[in-house]
Amino acid sequence: MPTSLAARLRRALPRVRWTRRRAIASALVVVLVLGLVGWAVVPTPASYRTTDQMITVRTGPDGTTPVTLDTRLYLPKSANTKKPVPAILLAHGFGGTKDSVTSDAKDFADLGYAVLAWTAEGFGHSGGQIHVDSPDWEVKDAQRLIDWLAARPDIRKDGPGDPRVAAVGGSYGGALALLLAGKDKRVDAIVPMITWNDLARSFLPEATGKSPVDGVFKKQWAGIFFGNTLGRDPQCGRFAEDICKAYLSIAATGRANPDAVALLRKSSPATVLADIKAPTLLIQGEIDSLFPLSEADANARGIAATGTPVRVAWFTGGHDGGTGPQSEVDRLHFLTAQWLDHYLKGNGSAPSGSFTYSRIAGLNAQGRGYVTTGFSVPDYPGEVSTQTVEVQGPPQPIANPPGGNPAAISTVAGGDSLASVVNGRFSTEVPGQHADFYSEPLDHAVDVVGSPQVRVKSSGDAESPEARRSGPSAGSGAAGAVLFVKLYDVGPDGATLPNGLIAPIRVTGGEPVTVTLPPIVYRFEAGHRLGITVATSDQGYATPADPALYTVKVDPAVTLPSIPGTPIANPNVIWRYVLLGLLVALAVGLATALVVGRRRQRRVVRRVDAALADTPLVVRDLRKQYADGFVAVSKVDFTVRRGQVVGLLGPNGAGKTTALRVLMGLTRPTAGDVLVFGHPLTAGSPVLSRLGALVEGPGFLPHLSGLQNLQLYWKASGRPEADARLDEAVEIAGLGTAIHRRVKTYSHGMKQRLAIAQAMLGLPELLVLDEPTDGLDPPQIAEMRRVLRRYATDGRAVLVSSHLLAEVEQTCTDVVVMHKGEIVASGPVDDIVGDSPTVQFDVSDVDTAATVLGELPSVRSVVSSGNGGLVVDLNGTRRADVVAALVNAGVGVDRVMPRRRLEDAFLALVGGDTKASGER
Amino acid sequence: MTTTIEAPGYQASKTFTLWTEIRRQASRRRTQLALGFMLVLPLIILLAFQLNRDDGNNGENGGGGEFSALADLATQGGPNFTLFTLLVSSGFLLTVVVALFSGDTVASEASWGSLRYLLAVPVPRARLLGIKLITALLYSLLALVLLTGMALLAGTLRYGWAPLRPPIGGEIPAGEGLLRLAAILGYLAVTLLVVAALAFLLSVSTDAPLGAVGGAVLLQILSNILDQIDALGNLRTVLPTHYNDAWLGLLSSPLQTDDLVKGCISALIYATIFFSLAWWRFLRKDVVS
Repeated sequence: MPTSLAARLRRALPRVRWTRRRAIASALVVVLVLGLVGWAVVPTPASYRTTDQMITVRTGPDGTTPVTLDTRLYLPKSANTKKPVPAILLAHGFGGTKDSVTSDAKDFADLGYAVLAWTAEGFGHSGGQIHVDSPDWEVKDAQRLIDWLAARPDIRKDGPGDPRVAAVGGSYGGALALLLAGKDKRVDAIVPMITWNDLARSFLPEATGKSPVDGVFKKQWAGIFFGNTLGRDPQCGRFAEDICKAYLSIAATGRANPDAVALLRKSSPATVLADIKAPTLLIQGEIDSLFPLSEADANARGIAATGTPVRVAWFTGGHDGGTGPQSEVDRLHFLTAQWLDHYLKGNGSAPSGSFTYSRIAGLNAQGRGYVTTGFSVPDYPGEVSTQTVEVQGPPQPIANPPGGNPAAISTVAGGDSLASVVNGRFSTEVPGQHADFYSEPLDHAVDVVGSPQVRVKSSGDAESPEARRSGPSAGSGAAGAVLFVKLYDVGPDGATLPNGLIAPIRVTGGEPVTVTLPPIVYRFEAGHRLGITVATSDQGYATPADPALYTVKVDPAVTLPSIPGTPIANPNVIWRYVLLGLLVALAVGLATALVVGRRRQRRVVRRVDAALADTPLVVRDLRKQYADGFVAVSKVDFTVRRGQVVGLLGPNGAGKTTALRVLMGLTRPTAGDVLVFGHPLTAGSPVLSRLGALVEGPGFLPHLSGLQNLQLYWKASGRPEADARLDEAVEIAGLGTAIHRRVKTYSHGMKQRLAIAQAMLGLPELLVLDEPTDGLDPPQIAEMRRVLRRYATDGRAVLVSSHLLAEVEQTCTDVVVMHKGEIVASGPVDDIVGDSPTVQFDVSDVDTAATVLGELPSVRSVVSSGNGGLVVDLNGTRRADVVAALVNAGVGVDRVMPRRRLEDAFLALVGGDTKASGER
Repeated sequence: MTTTIEAPGYQASKTFTLWTEIRRQASRRRTQLALGFMLVLPLIILLAFQLNRDDGNNGENGGGGEFSALADLATQGGPNFTLFTLLVSSGFLLTVVVALFSGDTVASEASWGSLRYLLAVPVPRARLLGIKLITALLYSLLALVLLTGMALLAGTLRYGWAPLRPPIGGEIPAGEGLLRLAAILGYLAVTLLVVAALAFLLSVSTDAPLGAVGGAVLLQILSNILDQIDALGNLRTVLPTHYNDAWLGLLSSPLQTDDLVKGCISALIYATIFFSLAWWRFLRKDVVS
């Protein structure tokens, strides 16, 4: 039934009284939480407006071919004709569109730059073909976009037709920025990222320094790019014809002819470096098998040679490694913003030319990614120090797999996964296809920054019959041997290929060649070994199709460069000072709290009412209202003097226990005070030590024996053991051998006795007992009465609360009667009891007797008490007269008993209303 | 008139000494069981690894991730085994144990009724809380130390003494590894301070020991769940458990202390707030149980 369910629910839930204070506090908390959540969730309005527009530019070698570009302009809302803003041309990577750079564009726009993003020709909705950053096409497109910017009044100008503009982009966009800056002097700053210096060398690398014509084709990367462009032409997609042709020829043979190399060179910044006057921030990825750090190195040297400011930053990421950890993203953001802020907006002093790089330091504790440590070197490339580590190994024969299959794996091109590359789990070697040379375990960690070098000698195996039979292609034949040289970090867990980078070489003679490995930033830990591996195949490269056998030998010396840098100060260092400050504040706060607490305690102790110093207890005008508004005690005054046994009498809920709680310092009175030996009682007041108590039943540690409980309790008081009078207390408890049993096993009465014994430990001057006879049997109750009376004899006092009248009457010298939180009577028991005017008659005929008595003029009331008894209020009439009247009426009188009992007094005082004050 | 305020021999600063409370708590079954479990847990883990090893090992069942990486490393020497034991127990077990020691301490006295007799001794309330808290914290620390010590002992006896090898690679010499483990222990102790403070606050607010312990654990779980929700963004950094994993930063070279420092700040602030509330509440509270 729904109603009963609701009722049950209401009962089950905690009953909270809604006081005003609680309501206000709850409301405050709710508002605070909502405010915080709202602040985090509600988006802030964008600081810029965007406009999408198709812009047609005249481009091509003769500058007349119209190509439509899909553009989007992010214009800060603050920009207008009076306050024109500098602009940024933001170029995307290969295969992307203007949408790929949205997040960067927004960041720049927020910084107050107008950002023009566009889809390069041959991609997305733009027209035209892919000419791979050709100076005649893509670069010219960008120049026309500069013209377009120059025509806008809200863009800042350096001169007529010359807007203040920077070119920023990654990879395909990065090369565009370099080429544009080389060709167009209006560009004021560039930030090229993860891009190439020489496109031919990038796709046809050769690590002994041979030209791309002899390079080893990076077929996997090339395939990724070529397959990435959708188009009508099934063979060439949207590639321009010349590019397509070059690709097809290279991919088919694995070799590039000089024409193809020349075409790729045309699209390479290497050709224009000397013309670049725009300050350049070069950002290159360390985990990049497509455009390794050496490409940026070539760009940096070329641009700096003419005196143009250049700054180089390497980060843990790249075409294989993605954006890297957040710390890296933050560093690059900062560098870029700083660069543009100075060279575009003209703010601040010129950024230094310092060179920064980073190295993976460990696991990120939060994001489960990696964390890097950045290092800074005053200038590029800094002071390179080298050391050599020796590797050993006999000459080893290795086989070239026909068709390049199976092939070793060094990295996953474009894997975008830092973890896989760093773990080195992807790098595998094929048995029989690699020769290994290992160093001894390193006795100290070796840091490598830059390109390691090693000398490799390989020769066709003359003794091998297979080699001889396979004719001219064997060994160092006409095609030459293609080998891959790798530097491994060999730890206890196995070998790791740092950043997945390898050096392809083509060896045509039997002479040893010096191989320059790709630059890395890496630490070889102490105890690890260096491994130089020379392999014949790699999944990412085109290798000779014919089987062959080579013998490989490596010179022992491996040269390892290093550029010592100072660790970049961590912006989070500030938190350390915050922590330090917090600790100091906490220490000071704690000390203050201790001092204040102690002083307050002392002040309370000093207030003494000397006149009452010898009175065990004085309660004055006590009032207690609980937090939920209930008034348990409204006004209570009484005194307990030495030698008295005072009974605090009242029906259940009269407020006795509340009064005692206040008396124990357990609850604070709302008004009035309690003086114990003249000392005002507060929570924990030392004067409580002269008081022993049993309030609201026993409280013991259930797993300890009765005796242990008493001992521990006394121990908690910190007083001398001899003062405890433990034996006497144990005797009073009267538990016999049960005192050694665990309290858990006690009956209610046993616990009660133990609790009384505990209250009496040390024989306190004032003993306060709340319903002490609860749970005791009659002999024990009688014994308890004797104990209490005896207890009060030598100057001590006892306060006993009870709702049992007989108990109080028989035990106490004085009584305080409470009802509904107030005192209705108090005084010596005899005084309170002696007033009783009633007499009990046991008669033979109750009805007649009642009639007779009712007719007597002075009798106030007649009440039948059952069993032939009548309780008569004589109101001054003599008992003899009443008996005479009854006898005369023929009623036999068995017994006449004066009712000198507290019960009547009590009932008379509380007016027969025994409803608990709790139910008022 | 010269009157003595207190009974002869009574001195507030001598009441309810730390040693008394330590003995009181030591006599309790729950203390003994909790500490005993700390000693047994490493042995159970050891046994589990042992069983796994015995039933034929083509166990390349992947699993992946950092956890399995840690598990793989666990059997490579005492320090690594200790690291693994700390990892598996830091999430929940230690939270429960600390919540138990701190949440149960006052609430159980209230439920037995012995609290009011201690206050009637009288033990000053602030002193009672202080002693209770210090004892609870000492037992929590003891639990941590026992767990680590036992793991180190059992791991070393079984797998030998080897350098600490965190999952990121690199190797930390055993001597320094011990220092790192100690630092991890220290950080765990600081973050667990929040649990202790919360449980303690609940402990002085309720008579139900289970409520205090459970409440603290539940709030920790809630914080952990919220921390998983990416949509909360930066709001998550104010969650008390947000930096609980920051001790992994102690395993890398060089040390990553950023999150550790932030974690310490967060933990200290939360602990201070909860402890202050506990004191504020208890010193003004009507003890009616």
